Amino acid sequence: MAKSILAVDDSASMRQMVLLTLQGAGYTVLQACDGVEALELARAGGVDLVLTDVHMPRMDGITLVRELRNLPLYKYVPMLILTTESSQERKMEGKRAGATGWIVKPFNPPQLLATVARVI
Amino acid sequence: MTLDIEMAEIAKVFFQESREGLDAMESGLLSLGATADAESINTIFRAAHSIKGGAATFGFAEVAAFTHGVETLLDEMRNGIRPVTAEAIQTLLQACDCMRDMIAATEAEQPLDQTRIGLLNADIRQILGDPPEAVQAPAPVAPAAPAAPAAGWRIVFDPVPDLLRLRNEPTRMFHELALLGSLAACADVSRLPPLEALDPEVCYLKWDINLLGQIPRKKIEEIFDWVDPGCRLEIVALGEPVPATPAAAASPVLTIPTQSPAAAPAPAADTLRGAARADAVPKPAEAGSIRVATQKLDSIINLVGELLITQSMLSGFAEGTGPGEPDLLRKGLQQLARNTRELQESVMRIRMLPISFAFNRFPRLVHDLSRKLGKKVEIKLVGENTELDKTVLEKISDPLVHLVRNSLDHGLESPEQRVAAGKSDTGTLELAAFHEGGNIIIEVRDDGAGLNKPRILRKARERGLIAEDQDLTDEQIDNLIFMPGFSTAEQVSDVSGRGVGMDVVRRNIHDLGGAVQIMSREGQGSTVRIRLPLTLAILDGQLVRVGREIYIISLLAIVETIQVAADRVNTLAGRTEVFRLRNEFLPVVKLYEHFGIEPDSTSVAEGLLVVVEADGKRVGVLVDDLLSQQQVVIKSLESNFKPVLGIAGATILGDGKVALIIDVPDLIRSVASGRRTNSVRAA
Repeated sequence: MAKSILAVDDSASMRQMVLLTLQGAGYTVLQACDGVEALELARAGGVDLVLTDVHMPRMDGITLVRELRNLPLYKYVPMLILTTESSQERKMEGKRAGATGWIVKPFNPPQLLATVARVI
Repeated sequence: MTLDIEMAEIAKVFFQESREGLDAMESGLLSLGATADAESINTIFRAAHSIKGGAATFGFAEVAAFTHGVETLLDEMRNGIRPVTAEAIQTLLQACDCMRDMIAATEAEQPLDQTRIGLLNADIRQILGDPPEAVQAPAPVAPAAPAAPAAGWRIVFDPVPDLLRLRNEPTRMFHELALLGSLAACADVSRLPPLEALDPEVCYLKWDINLLGQIPRKKIEEIFDWVDPGCRLEIVALGEPVPATPAAAASPVLTIPTQSPAAAPAPAADTLRGAARADAVPKPAEAGSIRVATQKLDSIINLVGELLITQSMLSGFAEGTGPGEPDLLRKGLQQLARNTRELQESVMRIRMLPISFAFNRFPRLVHDLSRKLGKKVEIKLVGENTELDKTVLEKISDPLVHLVRNSLDHGLESPEQRVAAGKSDTGTLELAAFHEGGNIIIEVRDDGAGLNKPRILRKARERGLIAEDQDLTDEQIDNLIFMPGFSTAEQVSDVSGRGVGMDVVRRNIHDLGGAVQIMSREGQGSTVRIRLPLTLAILDGQLVRVGREIYIISLLAIVETIQVAADRVNTLAGRTEVFRLRNEFLPVVKLYEHFGIEPDSTSVAEGLLVVVEADGKRVGVLVDDLLSQQQVVIKSLESNFKPVLGIAGATILGDGKVALIIDVPDLIRSVASGRRTNSVRAA
């Protein structure tokens, strides 16, 4: 069965870009536009990888990762944050929340696929 | 390349989204004012951040670079490092304008205004305290890598215990390393506890790895990128001694502050200015398109499904399945009627947009104008989610701008005048929208000086708009300002008041089938009230009969319908018939005369008078009979036949006949001017 990826971003264009790239590579993609919606979707289970933006309304990506890690269902699910910040602090914050790694924006489709392939 | 085409499609979404983001930034900035709470700034920051990220992703480097400065400033503001000053807000607003133009130019593949971008960039840099050269400075880089790649690397990898919990698989990393060169990994198991004490989620191992090959150090660092913070990682060219102390990265695991003060993100690359872009973005085809919520579409699809069920049910009866069916047939038809009505409503709803599309431009407009005029104004928006037809929405925008400008220029007083009048120095301008019956009402209210009635009267008399001895109610005086060629401003300003405007406003609103009136109280303010139909495509009509013809009068225009006794009808100047309605004399309009048809009766007393109103004037329209009231779909006469004076359009009745819709404002004007409409009849 195709691996299922939950893509979280408040920007519709970024979501479409991620969706197009990942679906093109045969992944199943679930989409959410902020942390709250993602958490809701994620509770249903069946997610093999979470890709989330950091800055979002209602619930940011770091909080989302932290919340998900606390769920038994997501203890071992890889989670990647999409960030434009190359600063070490932001990455550390993500790590401490429980993120597996990050992708630094801007990225192109091949970069995204290569990164995803590293974890699932 | 299909991917390129698809990326271009997504770029369109990016443009649209950026415009929405800029609107959000703008309204956020305008609401910041004196009290700048962290969450509001955060929202503005997020919008800028998304635009930057998207612009970089879709290859619009100049937009990304410019937005980066804006984002940095906002970031410092939200972290409390940079004060939120009026000047900074002004600069950020200008930056929003600039970004909007950059995005429009990018989308249209036009060159960018480099001078303006450069100037604004300098302004932002100045607020940030950076010298302008900083834009060109390269990102701070990690300690310089050895120029010539070594023959191989020794890697000591001592991960944090919860490496596995975060799903960073060492095996995955080793596989990737193995792709770079010849790999020999040696695991150190000395920390492994006895089996009963072993926690399967903890990583007890550390590794000593030899990687042979001409490999750039950066490639190896990339592989360990995610695990680097908190781990001990040493990458040493073979032949060099391994340092005894752990790498610096190992220590700060738990001591990093949540926020990084003054950490100005690295400026983007320096090749951005004037760089030619190769991206082929198709021109936007916005005109005539509409974004519809999926929910609305779903409800239509659902209704179409029901319609199909009803249809198949009815055709089942048509096959003639036997007696006793009329009841079922009737039920089926009822269901069909209901389905059709609901479907119609749903389809109409597609064209409905919240009025916030028109309202959202006003906070900025008011902000800019009040600065220019030296007035203090607070704007309030009420009922922004009220929905109305897209066409109405587009056409109401300009009249609203006119009214708002007028309120600011003529209505609201200067702070000194307000204080002198015992009011707060800040004026209030309120834009409100709400439903009332089948109409939408938009009100522009201010708490300014109100209209100066004596001056309006004097002006109107001077200009011969009213007779010297004409007696007018307060309301009628106020509404004189909608007369063509009327302006009371002592001096013409560049904001409003050139004597054109209010009459244009009124004409535009009438063209939409609406009405406008103003109510004002001296010293307390004015309210302009606009009444608009929800849609232009459907009309609630009253069917009336004259002889054998059927006409339709908009229910909105009808005040009442009466029968008058012959003794209440008088003839003026031997020609115009008038009748008394309570304390008013209203002229009678005989449709049969107007349209040159044969009526049942030519006598006012024998027919019915439909009292209609437009532009504040009333007339009684003489008809033979009132028929039903129904919603009619307006068909344009202009596009199907030719424009006809006195007729707003046509519709097709249930029996297939065409009925003409009477243009009430035009009819009333023709009475005033004595014009006779050419004889028209539906064929």
